[in-house]
Amino acid sequence: MSVFEGFVFTYGTSAIHRLDPRVKLLYAFSIMILSLIFSSLIIQVLLFLIQIPIVFSAGVGRRWFKTMRGCLMIAIIIFASNLIARWLNSGYKLSLDFFEISFAMTFRFVALVASFSIFSLTTSPDDLSLAMEQMRVPYWFCFAFTTAIRLMPTLARDAQAIMDAQKSRGLELEKGNFIKRIRNYVPILIPLIVSAIRRSFELAEAMESKAWGANVKRTSMKKLKFKFSDYITLFLILFSLVLGFYVNWFIKIPKISSLMKLI
Amino acid sequence: MIVVENVYYKYPNGVEALKGVSFTIQDGEFVAIMGENGAGKTTLIKHFNGLLKPSRGRVLVDGVDTRNVSVAQLSRKVGIVFQNPDSQLFCGTVEEEIAYALKNFGFDGESIKRRVDWALHLLDLERYRNRSPFTLSGGEKKRVALASVLAWDPDILVLDEPTIGQDFRQKERLRQFILQLNAQGKTIIIVTHDVEFVADCTPSPRVILMAGGRIVADGRAERILTDLKFVREASIIPPQISQVFMALSDLGFPRDVINVYEARKILLSRIERR
Repeated sequence: MSVFEGFVFTYGTSAIHRLDPRVKLLYAFSIMILSLIFSSLIIQVLLFLIQIPIVFSAGVGRRWFKTMRGCLMIAIIIFASNLIARWLNSGYKLSLDFFEISFAMTFRFVALVASFSIFSLTTSPDDLSLAMEQMRVPYWFCFAFTTAIRLMPTLARDAQAIMDAQKSRGLELEKGNFIKRIRNYVPILIPLIVSAIRRSFELAEAMESKAWGANVKRTSMKKLKFKFSDYITLFLILFSLVLGFYVNWFIKIPKISSLMKLI
Repeated sequence: MIVVENVYYKYPNGVEALKGVSFTIQDGEFVAIMGENGAGKTTLIKHFNGLLKPSRGRVLVDGVDTRNVSVAQLSRKVGIVFQNPDSQLFCGTVEEEIAYALKNFGFDGESIKRRVDWALHLLDLERYRNRSPFTLSGGEKKRVALASVLAWDPDILVLDEPTIGQDFRQKERLRQFILQLNAQGKTIIIVTHDVEFVADCTPSPRVILMAGGRIVADGRAERILTDLKFVREASIIPPQISQVFMALSDLGFPRDVINVYEARKILLSRIERR
């Protein structure tokens, strides 16, 4: 469960925390766009490395690192499947290029997780909802979105309680062959789904008793406004995006393997 | 027998829930673990069947260190009934729900049938045998959860907050049931902050009072629940009867009465003397 730790917001006061959520969202998407348009390993590693100072200036390093460590397994799978696919495609040959491309794909994934983890670690769900509302996303959607985020820890706690109860009744999750192991999760999934459905009905009732949706035109007490620091960050992000596109179209980035040959 | 030796437990998120807890529970004892929310009660009982392993110190169940055996093996001896029955019910019928653990523990078909019948009868659930557990009321679900653990007849029965959400009559029945099981020699451990429930048990249980991950007091209920210092430390209040007797202590009444029947006896004898 440690993978999700880097996606849970806790209150903070760093400069990153205080940035406008829209700017941070743009940051996460820019990293995504940049890492998708490039296929060079150098750029992917760079995209990952430039995020590390941001993490530390926000003071969320420990939990961010936990998430990065948690996604190591998926990263290895991505690397291995890329490498194996290329190996099979080329008629069972391996070259340094294949390693480089597979590494690039892996770092693309890592950079993506890193950027969205920074976003969720430093942006409260309320601010995110506010940002979406001001971007004219329908309110019901914003509400559903923040509710989903908010219920995640609750669901995790439920799952733990259910696992404890079933293990106390002699359930052994790691026992049996592959099919049996999947079946072992039935006693956990059924109560979990039932409780999630029950919770959603309760939430619906609570919302209705508080007259949710009675007023079509909502106003909010807090309004997001760009500060000077937001404008500067916005400029930096847009500049990096433009630079990224420019480099992508007009400059050929060398491969690490060819650089190594030069030496 | 459960031996807890200087147990510390720290959750992965860094919260230290137990800070050096030690005690021994003998076979056939009736123990109430009490204390405020977040005192570490539930964390403690999860050590009894190995769901949690101590970060420091050790827990021995019948002489076996809980770190060396699986939860399933320990659960055969230590049956825990958790607070919320919804976290365990998943079968199509009450009958299957009770049989589930028996299958896990490897009982044969004939004895599964016999034990399910026995547990259904014991908790007065026979008429719900073929009902879906999800359609039952809260109190009935709690009884199904209890039956599903009692069915395999563990030597030690641990009940986490058994009185929550039960009406007065259900509580009374539960109390009789617990006392009866204890009289038959089963070790009973209940976790609760229902002071009145504990006070009205005769014979009175041993109370282990917890606060902030430590044991504040350990002894007979009459002594612990009437000691204002202990009671305050664990954020509970003395039973109503003992509050009355404390208020009457200047008239020469004893301070350590917690039980209605005993209170009645003392008051009647005083009236007769007049």
